[in-house]
Amino acid sequence: MALCIKKDGIFTSLQNLGEFGLQGYGINPRGAMDQAAARIVNLLLGNDENDPLLEIHFPGGELEFESDCRFAIGGADFAARLDGDELASWRTHQARASNLLRFREKKKGNRCYLAVGGGLRLSSTARAYSTVRLTKGDRLHFESGSPDLSTNSCVVSPTLIPPYSSFPTVRIVAGGEFERLSPDNIELLTSETFVIANESNRMGFRLRGPAISTERTTEMVSAAVNFGTIQLLPDGQLIVLMADHQTSGGYPRIANIITADLPLIGQLGPNDKVTFKLVDVGEAEQAAMQFERDLKKLRIGVALGRSR
Amino acid sequence: MDVKPVRIFPLGDNAVTVEFGNEMSEPLNSAAISLADHINNNPFPGFVEAVPAVASTTIFYRPFEVRDTADEFSTAFDRVTQFAIDAVDEAVESNTEDLTVHEIPVSFGPQDSLDLEAIAKYSGLGTDDVIEVFLSNTYRVYMLGFLLGFAYMGTVDERIAMPRRSSPRVAVPKGSVGIAGRQTGIYPSESPGGWQIIGRTDVQIVTGDQQRPCLFKPGDSVKFIRT
Repeated sequence: MALCIKKDGIFTSLQNLGEFGLQGYGINPRGAMDQAAARIVNLLLGNDENDPLLEIHFPGGELEFESDCRFAIGGADFAARLDGDELASWRTHQARASNLLRFREKKKGNRCYLAVGGGLRLSSTARAYSTVRLTKGDRLHFESGSPDLSTNSCVVSPTLIPPYSSFPTVRIVAGGEFERLSPDNIELLTSETFVIANESNRMGFRLRGPAISTERTTEMVSAAVNFGTIQLLPDGQLIVLMADHQTSGGYPRIANIITADLPLIGQLGPNDKVTFKLVDVGEAEQAAMQFERDLKKLRIGVALGRSR
Repeated sequence: MDVKPVRIFPLGDNAVTVEFGNEMSEPLNSAAISLADHINNNPFPGFVEAVPAVASTTIFYRPFEVRDTADEFSTAFDRVTQFAIDAVDEAVESNTEDLTVHEIPVSFGPQDSLDLEAIAKYSGLGTDDVIEVFLSNTYRVYMLGFLLGFAYMGTVDERIAMPRRSSPRVAVPKGSVGIAGRQTGIYPSESPGGWQIIGRTDVQIVTGDQQRPCLFKPGDSVKFIRT
């Protein structure tokens, strides 16, 4: 049973929530840019939240289901259609063998997630330590057994869906080199608007905005960075490290985007805008806990729906 | 451990960095490696991984799980900071017997030593002298980063320490041995890069092994030899 790429999308890849444990060897964890969406669509299907799924950019190309299955989409809204029928995001759907999935227009966000009951697997076993772009002819296998086509579809509570926007306010916590910023520069960072530059990809988003300077320019020895780390470049511009970031860096880490708000920036693309709001680690943790509790409710709801 | 952290700070809401200093020095690097080894061998609930760098160690964790077992702390960050402080006290310097000395044969032929002339010009030495000075040191692997298996090594002799190229190459050939300031490194695969290329090795740095994905580990030594 498989899902086949019939027509290339601009950048479709297989992702999960990242693989940890090897950063000490220079291998970054990678994983979905919008982890909230990836987890929600997997849980809707009763999958493990870490099951591999597709991350699709627009234009998304064409995908053909070669067998019957249940699937779910979420994240960006690309006006997905299954054999011409409009598909709602954040709920499960049934596909029949030979159904074609297409994406008509980019309505909101930049990364759409497609999960299939049981999770997707690439046919080749060689798992490269990098994000691989899938192209025409690639087949993704799944083993959902005989899908129960009579099961009611599951829907997500709206409170769980991240408040996506093309101009979000994203919360940050102070980073290791935050103290190098003068009060004036902290004011710039937390009040000005920053624009996502064209030179942005899964490794990092370059931001265009007012130049920010540090009071000390001490060279740093290389140290760890994280998904969401905001580095200050020598020219005063910022870069936000995204899912495929390198494991280490030598630029000042002035702030980090909080986990709960990473999906908001993870859905941005070139020319979208962002502002930053400084919070403390306690608030960041509270926001992350709230999402985990809501996600748990979804997990329980899906399990109850299945046993009914 | 004798070396104590100079500061401990959050790297987001799911990681804590323990910093021992801001220089490439063997005692600081040794402390960072020992701390990472100790925590990796004595994980706490919610622990993800501990990653050593040149003079710091970063501990990644899942805040939700940490808080489940940390009632007396107001945040997961505080809980993990306390784990880190305790680990610094408990950790012993890692056993140096586990460390490997690697002999890496290097070719300095014209196609392999793309920036040898530039380094010679910059240093005021002849190309043979540059090679001799480069080969005379044994280098320590301070950390792995940038690319899978890319070892940041030091310390390069002051006389041939040259800054990165002002304009990075689009593709540095696999196996290239480069200099950036007082650091040296080997490109384990073809990659964009700005280091000054002094030679090239045929040694396969990436092993493909799951547990041990590359030849080097932090703390190892590297001796370059001329082919």
